[in-house]
Amino acid sequence: MQILITGILLGGVYAIIAVGLSLQYGVARIMNLALGEMLVAGAFAAFWFATAQALNPYWALLVVVPGGFIANWLIYQFLLRPLVRRAKNRGQLEVDSILATFGLSFTLVGIFLWIFGGQFFNYSFLSVPVELFDSRYGQNRVLAFAMAVLICGALWIWLNHTRSGLALRAISVDPKAASLVAIDVEKTSAFAFALGGAVAATGGLVLSTFLTFDASIGIVFTLKALIIVIMGGVGDIRGAVVAALVLGITETLVARLIDPGLTLAAAYVLFLLILLFRPQGLFGRSQS
Amino acid sequence: MNQSTLRWLLVLAVYGVLAWVPALPDAGGWLSLIVPMTMYIALATSWALFSGPTHYISLATAAFYGVGTYILAMGIEAVPYPLLLLIAALAGAVLAALVGWATLRLSGVYFVIFTLGLAELIRQVVTWLQNNFGGSRGKYVFTDITEAHIYWQLLALTLIVFFVGWLIQRSRLGFAIRIIGGDETVAKHSGIHVAGAKIALFMVSGAVAAVVGAILAPRFVYIEPAMAFNPQLSFMVAIMALLGGLHRLWGPLMGAIPFALVWEFIAANFPEQTTLLMGLAFLAVVFYIPNGIAGVMESWHRKLRANQEVDHG
Repeated sequence: MQILITGILLGGVYAIIAVGLSLQYGVARIMNLALGEMLVAGAFAAFWFATAQALNPYWALLVVVPGGFIANWLIYQFLLRPLVRRAKNRGQLEVDSILATFGLSFTLVGIFLWIFGGQFFNYSFLSVPVELFDSRYGQNRVLAFAMAVLICGALWIWLNHTRSGLALRAISVDPKAASLVAIDVEKTSAFAFALGGAVAATGGLVLSTFLTFDASIGIVFTLKALIIVIMGGVGDIRGAVVAALVLGITETLVARLIDPGLTLAAAYVLFLLILLFRPQGLFGRSQS
Repeated sequence: MNQSTLRWLLVLAVYGVLAWVPALPDAGGWLSLIVPMTMYIALATSWALFSGPTHYISLATAAFYGVGTYILAMGIEAVPYPLLLLIAALAGAVLAALVGWATLRLSGVYFVIFTLGLAELIRQVVTWLQNNFGGSRGKYVFTDITEAHIYWQLLALTLIVFFVGWLIQRSRLGFAIRIIGGDETVAKHSGIHVAGAKIALFMVSGAVAAVVGAILAPRFVYIEPAMAFNPQLSFMVAIMALLGGLHRLWGPLMGAIPFALVWEFIAANFPEQTTLLMGLAFLAVVFYIPNGIAGVMESWHRKLRANQEVDHG
């Protein structure tokens, strides 16, 4: 039971990051491998607020959300849009965007290392225990989970019950058809990409309240987010949330019962099973 | 004598000269520069054999390399050396076949992600096995193999890689893979076993990377997981091949030589900034030289020829 709840609490935070990636990949069709660095940037912002300013790290939201949005919008406009225009086909765009975002990822890690150095960072925030079902959990983790529910829920309602959300979903189904019904595909794609980045940065902020991080940890979370998105089905928030919880629980199980050093291996086993048996995702429908 | 034999004779002559490097005065300094370079040429060329025509970016080089290193480290006391190289090649090919079988039937993104974490996955498993069953973390490799031996082996390996690449280009497999790269649906409809062809090429590049790992293992004396499965190697190889250009067999060579030299300089003078500079190198290649140095050279060559024709006409 304790493992289950710890896993769910962890999975909630994974869900935030995965939803961010899902927005970027599902709508803007860019596999952004620098997403983990957005997360690290969010974590550093929270760290700065909590230590240098001695404030509640959640105040960093005021900087992280608009900052993440603008940064990712600029990245899309100036770095990725030229690649979208240049690409002759989808495969070419895929290769180019993977390489470009890898380059971006390394560049950002390099900058973080330059500014902050290579050591580990953590700060203490709400590390008071709270009792749930006869065992104790950190209050910071529970709050992080509540944030995850809030963010994913808001995004889900927005996507499924508003007109602008509908436009986003239309593009994720077919950009050409979407432009036929008077949706500005380029503008909306840029918006989705920027929003996805802001969501991921928020995820980093939330994560930093209970997890130790360093400048180069981003790639691990990029990898996990990718596994979750593939498991949940591309562009499917509900699937991403379920997949994130599955990953959180699996990792906690393996860490507790076998060895904490094998969490990535556990994520990979899940990934392999999905690739072999349900490559279209848990809730996806077979395409061909 | 046709052009192709002439070209091969030329290549062999260059190799004949290169083989004498260990005989130079102050050979140690030269070797410490040229051994990594030869290693990168072998890795980047074999990487491009697969990734060039298929457009699949493989980041599994470090995984294959590490497997090769470990096979040598584990077996050196019990198994004859040449047999170990053979086992490493087989293991690399088998691992590539497994990974390819799981991911190559799907789109390129899945493949990149899977290979990206593969080295880390194997590292975690090896570390765990050693912690729980092996006793110690690392492993000592004591042999009487010198730097010159390693160099000659790598030199021979690059020759084999070029020869295999040349054979593949002329074979049915090479033809099939070019069609797949052009349009996968067309390839499928003309009866090409698409997944099979991709897996076959991936196995070649996996086997080469594993052998390189095995050849280089004696150089490091002490083998531990974090070093053998260093993911930076995968990125280095990819960027070198892309910088050189993937559409020619000699393309990665043109990328590996300058990049290895520049990297040597960077690692010595700016060790703090290597990650940043690698990222900028990636961006520069994608945005400014998408066809690599080979592409740039070819377009110069074309321009030159066009100018000459204008002069003569």
